[in-house]
Amino acid sequence: MKFMHYLQVTATWLLAILWAFPLLYAFWAAFHTGNHFDLFSSLTLENFRTAMSQAPFLRYMINTVILVTITLAAQLFLCTFAAYAFARINFFGRNIVFFLVLLQLMITPEILIMKNYQILSNIGLTNTILGIGLPYMASAFGIFLLRQAFKTIPKELEDAARIEGSSTLGILWKVYIPLSKPTYLAYALVSISYHWNNFLWPLVVSSSKTVRPITVGLAIFASPETGVNWSVISAATILSIAPLLAVFLLFQKQFVNSFLYTGIK
Amino acid sequence: MKRLYGWIFVLPAFILLSVFTFYPIIATLIDSFYSDKTIFRPRVFLGFENYHHLLHDPVFITTLLNNFLFALGTVPASIILALIMALLVSQRTPAKGLIRLTYFTPTILPMIAVANIWLFFYTPQIGLFNKIIGLLGYTGINWLGNPSTALPSLMILTIWKEAGFFMIFYLAALQSLPKELYEAAGIEGTSNWSCFWKITFPLLMPTTFFITINALIEAFRFVDPIFVLTKGGPDNATNLLLYYIYETAFSFLNHSYAATLTVVLVLILVVLSIIQFGVIEKRIHYQ
Repeated sequence: MKFMHYLQVTATWLLAILWAFPLLYAFWAAFHTGNHFDLFSSLTLENFRTAMSQAPFLRYMINTVILVTITLAAQLFLCTFAAYAFARINFFGRNIVFFLVLLQLMITPEILIMKNYQILSNIGLTNTILGIGLPYMASAFGIFLLRQAFKTIPKELEDAARIEGSSTLGILWKVYIPLSKPTYLAYALVSISYHWNNFLWPLVVSSSKTVRPITVGLAIFASPETGVNWSVISAATILSIAPLLAVFLLFQKQFVNSFLYTGIK
Repeated sequence: MKRLYGWIFVLPAFILLSVFTFYPIIATLIDSFYSDKTIFRPRVFLGFENYHHLLHDPVFITTLLNNFLFALGTVPASIILALIMALLVSQRTPAKGLIRLTYFTPTILPMIAVANIWLFFYTPQIGLFNKIIGLLGYTGINWLGNPSTALPSLMILTIWKEAGFFMIFYLAALQSLPKELYEAAGIEGTSNWSCFWKITFPLLMPTTFFITINALIEAFRFVDPIFVLTKGGPDNATNLLLYYIYETAFSFLNHSYAATLTVVLVLILVVLSIIQFGVIEKRIHYQ
């Protein structure tokens, strides 16, 4: 029994070391110069300086923050109204429309990449941050999650507020939104990490450094043809994941919970 | 009046969805039956010609096969690892929180960053894998440059990224398992091993189904690391469907053929989601 316990603890730790190793190694490489692994070589910020001077990583980061912010803001706005209608208003064609909305859960905008690029260029929004975010703003996932949350709110609360003279907008603001805070938080965290990490669609849409998000900037910087030094690539990689990683470490529990919550669709 | 509100509330989202999801699906389907418009030739109706070409396109066959290989190589492995992780972490272990964090962290990293991180392991001259092999006295392999090791190299980083994500679903499921069953099994003196196969594993089946479908969908949408690590090569060994669509549309500029390829990908995703909805329906019925 005791033996089994030790075996299990050893296995747990071995697997953890194996899993932590790639990221720790990247961290280590980012703070050391040269391509050779020497445990006792001294720490340096040289690689970060080089990376920053060779590509506008700060600008890329700002682009990503703007992208993530406007996308999330628009998603919360659009999805709240749509979700309320699907949850509580019995309008003509509701079920069919809802079913159509769910299509986007599976066929996300980047799957239809060629057509969506043509559409975006027809409306003149290629190479804009708005253009990167736009196809994702009416998020089926957000509508679905909020609809589920709104449906669990007792209808009596809405009726009571209506008797007191609240308008539909007032009811949304005072009843539905405050009572669905955990869902909003969960959705926000998932949306932020999705758009921080998204690559293919931004790659196709963006063509200048004032628009490019960090993932695209990093991919261009690190492509083998550029012949950039290996430690410098590590530094750039660490730089681009640091903000998200920091937020994750601070809100670990909420992150795991929202991934869980949103995964069980 | 209230019914009108319904449409007004849905309309903004519906318009955006129409522009970037519904219309593109229909337009893609239509495009797949036509030729591209060029300066010399107007767009002409081709019928199923593009689809006929598809079946005789060795690159398409290779990408489809690669996608299935990729699914086969990543899905069972990540699920088994996820289950092992969840079982290990749900036991008594020192620094449990830290361990769980370690398993989960790769999940939140961008695929592009993951590709960069793993580049350090795979690069021929300086990569860590080859150094280890060198220490053992063998000559290193060009992991990403060799057709037989390139796709498995992509699989390994995918497993590394996904296993921790699937683990949290198993962890949640494990917590909801009825304790009484295990107590009863304990009284009867059932070993841990048969406890797992007779109680835990069957009860986790719905979770396993859910994860499997999700992992399959991810396997068919996989694309980002290809841009950093292999560009689909060598000799199409790592060319997957979505990457081939990207290349056909934006490098070869063959729009009608890219549309045809997109139709195939959309069909695969639709079939997977129908299975997913079916399974979830069943779960609701049994409860």
